Amino acid sequence: MSNLLFLPIVVPLLSGALCLAFWRSERWQKRITLAGTLIYALVSVNLLQRTLEEGYLVLQMGQWPAPFGISLVSDVLSAIMIVLTGVVSVAGTLYSMASVPNRHIHFGYFPLLHFLLVGVSGAFLTGDIFNLFVWFEVMLLSSFGLLTLGGERAQMEGAIKYVTINLFSSAIFLTAIGLLYGMAGSLNMADLATKLAEADNAGLVNILALLFMASFGIKAGVFPLFFWLPASYHTPLVAVSAVFAGLLTKVGVYALYRVFSLLFISDTDFTHTLLLWIGVLTMVTGVFGAAAQFEFRRILSFHIISQIGYMILGLALFTPLALVGGVFYIMHHILVKTNLFLVSGLTYRLLGTHELQKMGGVYRHRPWLAVGFLVSAMSLAGLPPLSGFFAKFVVIQAGVEASSWWATGFALLVGLLTLYSMIKIWAEVFWKAPEAAAGPLLTEKPLTFWMTLPVILLALMTVSIGIWGEPLLQIARLSAEQLLNPAGYIEAVLGVRS
Amino acid sequence: MEGVMAIAIGLLFAAAFYMMLRRSIVKLVMGLIILSNAANLVIFTVAGLTRGEPPFLDEATKTAAIGVADPLPQALILTAIVIAFGVLAFSVVLIHRAYQVVGTDDLDQMKDTDT
Repeated sequence: MSNLLFLPIVVPLLSGALCLAFWRSERWQKRITLAGTLIYALVSVNLLQRTLEEGYLVLQMGQWPAPFGISLVSDVLSAIMIVLTGVVSVAGTLYSMASVPNRHIHFGYFPLLHFLLVGVSGAFLTGDIFNLFVWFEVMLLSSFGLLTLGGERAQMEGAIKYVTINLFSSAIFLTAIGLLYGMAGSLNMADLATKLAEADNAGLVNILALLFMASFGIKAGVFPLFFWLPASYHTPLVAVSAVFAGLLTKVGVYALYRVFSLLFISDTDFTHTLLLWIGVLTMVTGVFGAAAQFEFRRILSFHIISQIGYMILGLALFTPLALVGGVFYIMHHILVKTNLFLVSGLTYRLLGTHELQKMGGVYRHRPWLAVGFLVSAMSLAGLPPLSGFFAKFVVIQAGVEASSWWATGFALLVGLLTLYSMIKIWAEVFWKAPEAAAGPLLTEKPLTFWMTLPVILLALMTVSIGIWGEPLLQIARLSAEQLLNPAGYIEAVLGVRS
Repeated sequence: MEGVMAIAIGLLFAAAFYMMLRRSIVKLVMGLIILSNAANLVIFTVAGLTRGEPPFLDEATKTAAIGVADPLPQALILTAIVIAFGVLAFSVVLIHRAYQVVGTDDLDQMKDTDT
């Protein structure tokens, strides 16, 4: 029994409500948001510490014993995700405070941001599959609001695709929940795990696995279900793009990790082999998509997809080392990807465009910004000694140990092509001489300290994960152990009857 | 009864997909409405259709008789209906705004952000 589990949901809920109360004052909304996300970050670190000490934290809502009520569960993976959510939300808030125009704030930008955090945290912490659906919807509705805030043409077109595909995914999810309940008669994930292990209807279990795979796959942006992502992620404000890129697809990945390590593990030859090929195809199509693009945020959007492939690969191999790699990859990716989107926002403020051909000369005028980009970009491509190198290294080593040579080969190739894309951005945006037309823009919208602070902080985190990565690798190892032993999770949830 | 429901659900899903594949954004939203209803009916049917067996406990033994209706799926459906209502209200406003901003209701004309 731990009330700490409640806080990551309640803190953003309260600060969102407070922001609503201060609807007219953008200054107070900013203060509340900053305070709220900082408290959230502190709570999340505390949660991770407690989880590492105790293994599992479980809270039965309303004291209803486990399979009947809704359980909140935090294992190491959930706690890691909550900490990363805290980091991204602080970085996003700092950037939002400095960059979001007042007319967006007047239409409820900050409350929506908080409610997005509520949904994300709930999805990470719940131990009930229907509750997961509800948190997904909370998250989706807030993201719809953030995506369309501003109401420009590109946003509307992007939003229609985003909304449609996400509602479609929710309908599949709901159908799958209905069928699962009809078959197993429970919604608690730990209880379901025991019941599915005894289920004799293997065909139906596999069909359910595919329904969940399709639904979460849409949210995670895996091949061939990712087309909504590059069509919508480059349309909203940069601060929104950065938070979405850091968190939303990773909620889908987390759900896949949870479901395919706890519920559908009886027929891994079928499900996890399928995931393996999905992962490989996701990596390859994503990176080729990025190679064809010449718009800063679209390149980054396609790279989200190719990186998701690595995480799915880690899950699909389903060995201890592969899961360590997958979890470590998630940690590294969230920080780096958020940072790259923030950098794209800063270069937009300098040059007034996201088109690579029209940009240039940033290195000459803002060398430190260029360094911040270079650190994150090289980390994304997987160059030592940055965090991305170790993430890729562990996944690829796991691929070699599992003798899946094709997957490993493609993972290496995709790393190389990622480097190509990042060098393309570096050469076009930072290195080449500025276009004559873009010249005067360089000084018109100066960068403030608060805008550059999150970029620097995230870049420093990337470097330090690379240099002092061992403790984080240790945490990833713990979470992999837990994922491979669902018995611990089941016992923690069902055994606590206070 | 389950067979009839299964066929009805199948028809609803088919109708929803057909509507969603049309080019008009209004039909797209109608498809989404039908889709969410179909999903709700799946929950309702799969959990078992029971007639005239209300889920009441026996006063003396404090247990329910075998074969009473399961109240949980209906709670799930109620939750799902409320969520779907909110989301669909949003999407109706969204297509209205999109129609105003883009000036067309044809999805084929909304390709600016595609890659």
